[in-house]
Amino acid sequence: MVKKLEKVDAVIVGSGWTGGIAAAELTKAGYKVVILERGQDKKHEDFVGTKDELRYSKRYDLMQDLSKTTMTSRNSINKEAIPVRNNSNARLGNHTGGAGNHWNGMAFRWLPYDFEIYSKTVERYGKDKIPKESTMQDWGITYDELEPYYDQYEKTAGISGEENPIGPPRSDKYPNPPMKDTPTIKLFSKATKELGYHPYRIPSANMSQNYENPDGEKINGCVYCAFCEEYGCDFGAKADPIGTVLSTASKTGNLEIRNSANVNRVSHDGKKATGLVYTDITTGQEFEQPADIVVLAGFVFTNTQLLLTSKIGQPYNPKTGQGIIGKNFTGHFNNLSTYIGARGFFEEKKFNNFMGTGGLGASIDDFSGDNEDHTNLDYLHGYEVHYSQLGTRPIAHNEVPEGTPRWGKEFKKQSLKYFNRNLFITAQSGFLPNKETYMDLDPTYKDALGNPLLRVTVTYSQQDRNRAKAGVARCEEIMKQMGADSMNVTEVKDDIEFDHKFYTDHFFGGAIMGADPATSAVNTYSQMWDMDNLFVVGGSSFPHNSNYNPTVTIGAFAYRAAEGMLTYLKEGGNVAEKLLEKNA
Amino acid sequence: MEENRPPRTAKEAAQHQQDMSRRKFLKNSGVLAGGLVGGSLFGGLITNRFDKKDEKKVVNKKEHEAMSMEARQFFTRAHDFDVLSAATEQILPEDEHGPGAIKLGVPYYIDKQLAGRWGINGRDYRHSPYAVKLEDNDKSAGTAGEQSILDRGDLFLLGLRSLDDESQKRFSTAFDSATEDQQIELLTDFENDKVAMRGVQASEFFNLLLQSTLEGAYSDPQYGGNRNMEGWKMKEFPGAQASYAGYIEQDEFQKLEPVSLRDYQGH
Repeated sequence: MVKKLEKVDAVIVGSGWTGGIAAAELTKAGYKVVILERGQDKKHEDFVGTKDELRYSKRYDLMQDLSKTTMTSRNSINKEAIPVRNNSNARLGNHTGGAGNHWNGMAFRWLPYDFEIYSKTVERYGKDKIPKESTMQDWGITYDELEPYYDQYEKTAGISGEENPIGPPRSDKYPNPPMKDTPTIKLFSKATKELGYHPYRIPSANMSQNYENPDGEKINGCVYCAFCEEYGCDFGAKADPIGTVLSTASKTGNLEIRNSANVNRVSHDGKKATGLVYTDITTGQEFEQPADIVVLAGFVFTNTQLLLTSKIGQPYNPKTGQGIIGKNFTGHFNNLSTYIGARGFFEEKKFNNFMGTGGLGASIDDFSGDNEDHTNLDYLHGYEVHYSQLGTRPIAHNEVPEGTPRWGKEFKKQSLKYFNRNLFITAQSGFLPNKETYMDLDPTYKDALGNPLLRVTVTYSQQDRNRAKAGVARCEEIMKQMGADSMNVTEVKDDIEFDHKFYTDHFFGGAIMGADPATSAVNTYSQMWDMDNLFVVGGSSFPHNSNYNPTVTIGAFAYRAAEGMLTYLKEGGNVAEKLLEKNA
Repeated sequence: MEENRPPRTAKEAAQHQQDMSRRKFLKNSGVLAGGLVGGSLFGGLITNRFDKKDEKKVVNKKEHEAMSMEARQFFTRAHDFDVLSAATEQILPEDEHGPGAIKLGVPYYIDKQLAGRWGINGRDYRHSPYAVKLEDNDKSAGTAGEQSILDRGDLFLLGLRSLDDESQKRFSTAFDSATEDQQIELLTDFENDKVAMRGVQASEFFNLLLQSTLEGAYSDPQYGGNRNMEGWKMKEFPGAQASYAGYIEQDEFQKLEPVSLRDYQGH
């Protein structure tokens, strides 16, 4: 029996950045908010002494427990999907704060091109340049319209950065100066400058100094201890939802976070969402939490799965091209878009590789998005090349020059020698959405509570392989300029396929935004077209990915969605129309 | 008589043997040429006590205390543990740079890990169908290799026994008694799927063994490996340092004494 609870103003799935931002803005305005979080309660206290590579990087202590739920995966619509059984193939956020606890803090804005990718491509190259398999489309919003929300998120999270010489316009400078410049960052910057490119320091959510955000939340200066990417911060020196937006929301007295609450579906009458149905996984009891507005702020997979299991919107069908839910899945795929590049080995130089932090490094944007002229290139979108000093840890880092055995005497000798004598630069690239890369419900596999698993189908196109090859070649050129004595360069094979790894945590699509209900699930305030009190927020609303890390863009759209929610609670209806009239 | 009482523990046994000549002791307890442990009882104690480079070296107090805490939690059959020890030592052998897997405590690390949640794939999705046709397995397809119904404990036992069986078949000797070259040949063939295992590819076992050996060598000492932080010292990794804010802009390499989580946390 489902136990029905007392109605609240808003109920939210997930306590990561998007759920946290919605909660902060709604509670500050006086609304009562309940967040349903399936993971455990986490406080900064949990992260003290976090410097344990085995526990966090190899046993995935902060990541989603796949024994409860996972996805299935395949690389063609004609294949049977297999479950992603192990965290080494899926590193998804969990617990209070979500992926916002363990992100590295790389805090890029996306490009004006990204939001108007279809029209800008047609304008510059003509319609024929768009590959036949592509489903790329404009987002229904411009960079200029999004810019104030970018600014708001950057100030909340205290981003440390410097002006990008070829970056999009900013209304204000970064709230904090860039982080420390290290010898290896200087080496990358010097080499890229010599090659005529435009290096700049990676904007970072690891603080360059102590900071107080506009909500009065304090974030400490980073000490570069090198335990960031799969770890909560030992020092409270990385912007995360716990220390910022969730704290802000809690102080109002209007927020309740309910942990161990696994949301199974959205309850609705076909026109309005009425609440969320969830299982308290400590007792097995099922509850319904009614609310005036319902916010799906889970990860891409969670949001899409909930829409499909709740039968909201029309599921996408790759054979007919009809339907929208599950469409335009994209991501940074391990063997195609992010963990590829050039590793240089240095005979005469030893680096302090074990020092660092998540957002420490430099990048070039000369090949990002459409910054390069693609007229004579066999792909669209681009790649940013970066060096980052995350801090190398000893279990994961045993890099040896090509040709060295993977184990035994020679391996030991070389892996010890080069631990502090190698540097890696990577080209993180965009990925164009295509007809056969999408999500639906798996016909076979179910989660621990009996809900069907989400099935993810990823098909690489030749464009994506070509882009990756170009990125790797650029890394090789730069690493050579940096003076490496030898290099391991990733080989991107012509027939490379998706490797079933969901490891980067950068995934998008499923409930994409747009200006037209015929081609999008939500408007640019993340409000469902066909259920106006349901907001689906986060990477799930992005019609494609960029070559940049997504968190700042997710944060910006979360602030815009929160504005939409506040408008809806006051006035009802389609907030895109109302706010458009108001701002006109 | 007191002197004739059989030793009750590995520690007693080692003490008992202390006065015997090294050669005789090695013969009795099965320690092999090349420094590998074949005896069922003594494991790391023996290799530490009889260091190849210095026959007179005895276990120092700290090492002794650390090792006297060890007992197998997962492996019930001593021979399985001996095969494991020998295999990990080939993956990360002792050399002039420092200790190998056995001295670092890797076999005990793996034993502990297998006895816990990781050994039973407690965080993994374990619902059927598991059906995997091994011949169709695309080795480049990451998760395809993880579709086996075996948990990690099962896989380790099956893999170690397959190693041993293959050694008997080829060389008429147990894996841990085989020569270094023979052991390397066997491990290489497992790595390259040249040996058939039931329900799983041999490389799946090998990769797990390889990964676990590196984990045991380089994880925090709290897990039973990386003894005395020797793994970190070899690698010039300084462990759980509180802060590098004062160093990170400096050009010269910083060689720092490593810090364990116990040092760091104080308890």
